Amino acid sequence: MSFIELKDLTMNYGTRSVLAGVHLSVDEGEFVSVVGSSASGKSTLLKIAAGLMEATRGSVTMAGEPVKEFSRKAAFVFQNYSLLPWFSALENVRLAVEGAFPDWPKKRQTDQAARYLQMVGLGAALAKRPGQLSGGMRQRVAIARAFAVEPGILFLDEPFGALDALTRSTLQQELALLCTAVERPVTALMITNSVDEAILLSDRILALSRGPGATLSPSIAVPLAKPRSANLLMHDEGAARIRVRLAEFLIGASGGNSRTRQRGDQAMGKTVPVEA
Amino acid sequence: MMKLTLRNFAYSLVGIIALGALWWIASATFARDLPSPGKTWEESKVYVLQPLEKRGEMDQGIGRMAYYSLTRVAKGFLLAILIGTPLGFLLGSSNTFFRMFDPTIQVLRPISPLAWLPLGLVIFRQSEPAALFTIALCSMWPTVINTMSGVRAMPEDYRNVAKVLQLSRWKTLTKVSIPATIPYIFTGYRLSLGLAWLVIVACEMLTGTPGIGGFLWQEYNSLIYSHILMCILTIGVVGFTLDRLMGIVETRLRVV
Ligand SMILES: Nc1ncnc2c1ncn2[C@@H]1O[C@H](COP(=O)(O)OP(=O)(O)OP(=O)(O)O)[C@@H](O)[C@H]1O
Ligand SMILES: [Mg+2]
Repeated sequence: MSFIELKDLTMNYGTRSVLAGVHLSVDEGEFVSVVGSSASGKSTLLKIAAGLMEATRGSVTMAGEPVKEFSRKAAFVFQNYSLLPWFSALENVRLAVEGAFPDWPKKRQTDQAARYLQMVGLGAALAKRPGQLSGGMRQRVAIARAFAVEPGILFLDEPFGALDALTRSTLQQELALLCTAVERPVTALMITNSVDEAILLSDRILALSRGPGATLSPSIAVPLAKPRSANLLMHDEGAARIRVRLAEFLIGASGGNSRTRQRGDQAMGKTVPVEA
Repeated sequence: MMKLTLRNFAYSLVGIIALGALWWIASATFARDLPSPGKTWEESKVYVLQPLEKRGEMDQGIGRMAYYSLTRVAKGFLLAILIGTPLGFLLGSSNTFFRMFDPTIQVLRPISPLAWLPLGLVIFRQSEPAALFTIALCSMWPTVINTMSGVRAMPEDYRNVAKVLQLSRWKTLTKVSIPATIPYIFTGYRLSLGLAWLVIVACEMLTGTPGIGGFLWQEYNSLIYSHILMCILTIGVVGFTLDRLMGIVETRLRVV
């Protein structure tokens, strides 16, 4: 049975239809990515999946239970970092640790926060406020904040979206490492607009069609050994095929018609492998 | 806000001189009862040069009188923000509460201090609490309304962050909502303080308590017009100073 399950999700903002019949399931310990173009409804989809927002119609379940609020075991990396600008980097992370481990003494919470900030290379910037940090550094704080709570589930909304290529690739490697470094298996659902990023990190990838009324493509498995290197993927044939298929979905599907609806149903249980 | 440079100061002198000239012309032509600037200074310099002198209950230096008024304003203002801030928070965070109380507030808001004061006297039977009641009631609204808009303007993302960080309701309030609203709250405080200072004069006039407004009214009744002008100038300068001080606090908080 899948761990996170979205069934027939429909979301309208007023009269504007954003999602129309989205199906998605994520197994425990799996890293699933959703790629899609701008304003197609990716953030909306992720917030609904995480229980931060309610869908107009459809159901979200986690381990069989309907999701009503944000899970205690989960962490969320927001598209725009969403750090609290009036606190230092350390306090931002510590606050998350406190929420997750309220019984710990304050000292231990602070140590945990500092450890994770060091892990993303911010050991020297603990006392800095978000306003004094660069975009890449803020993104690292956001990632440290997510990992410091030792989550079982990670929701990532374009975690590297606003970064330059170099910082982006460093942080992708760090994320991959962190996902494997944590003792328990991490289930992750990531939104990205970069197909290469999705291939680098995921077990399975889906494409969200262009809105309004977006639907998900069937999922595409990424049967490549981990850890992966961005350099090798550039010349890998399997990766190239995945890239082509995703491009087909992204360019071909315009959403909101019976064809994409059918795809959505297909995506519900099955995984479509890439033909060798 | 204008920077305090020598150049800006020179420019602002033009306005002051123009006003002085108008005053002088008026006193020399059509308003024969109006003392000229020179005469005003001559007759009131004892109050200005010995600002802390106390010659009698209603005959004290302007420093003392301003001090009485300022204490009264401080108390009323404190009362206003103690009531206004939580009220603004409630109005901003609960739609039901907003629908219940917003119409009432909109009706109370435009009522003048001259109307509240008699009611205060009826309720409290003493001039001091009636004055505080009036100051608080009149100066509260900018705080209420700005706090409310601040809570409303809080980005949805902050609410989501609070959920993701598993913050309790209390922690959400103290660690997220209040810091996010502080700049708005302080804009409200600045406007409220300005209003409180406006109201004080009316209060003291009607109750005849010692203070800058009370003195002004007394001197009008004693036909010493130059002292009225001195009081008016003092009220203006004190009000300006208060606004600047609050403005500095406000700017500091906006940077954070
Ligand atoms: N709170 C809201 N109220 C009304 N409309 C909204 C709201 N949030 C998003 N939308 C609209 O829904 C659509 C999808 O928004 P969403 O943020 O989910 O897109 P996205 O795929 O995450 O975009 P991006 O790649 O730019 O982050 C957009 O057209 C947006 O204008
Ligand atoms: Mg988005």
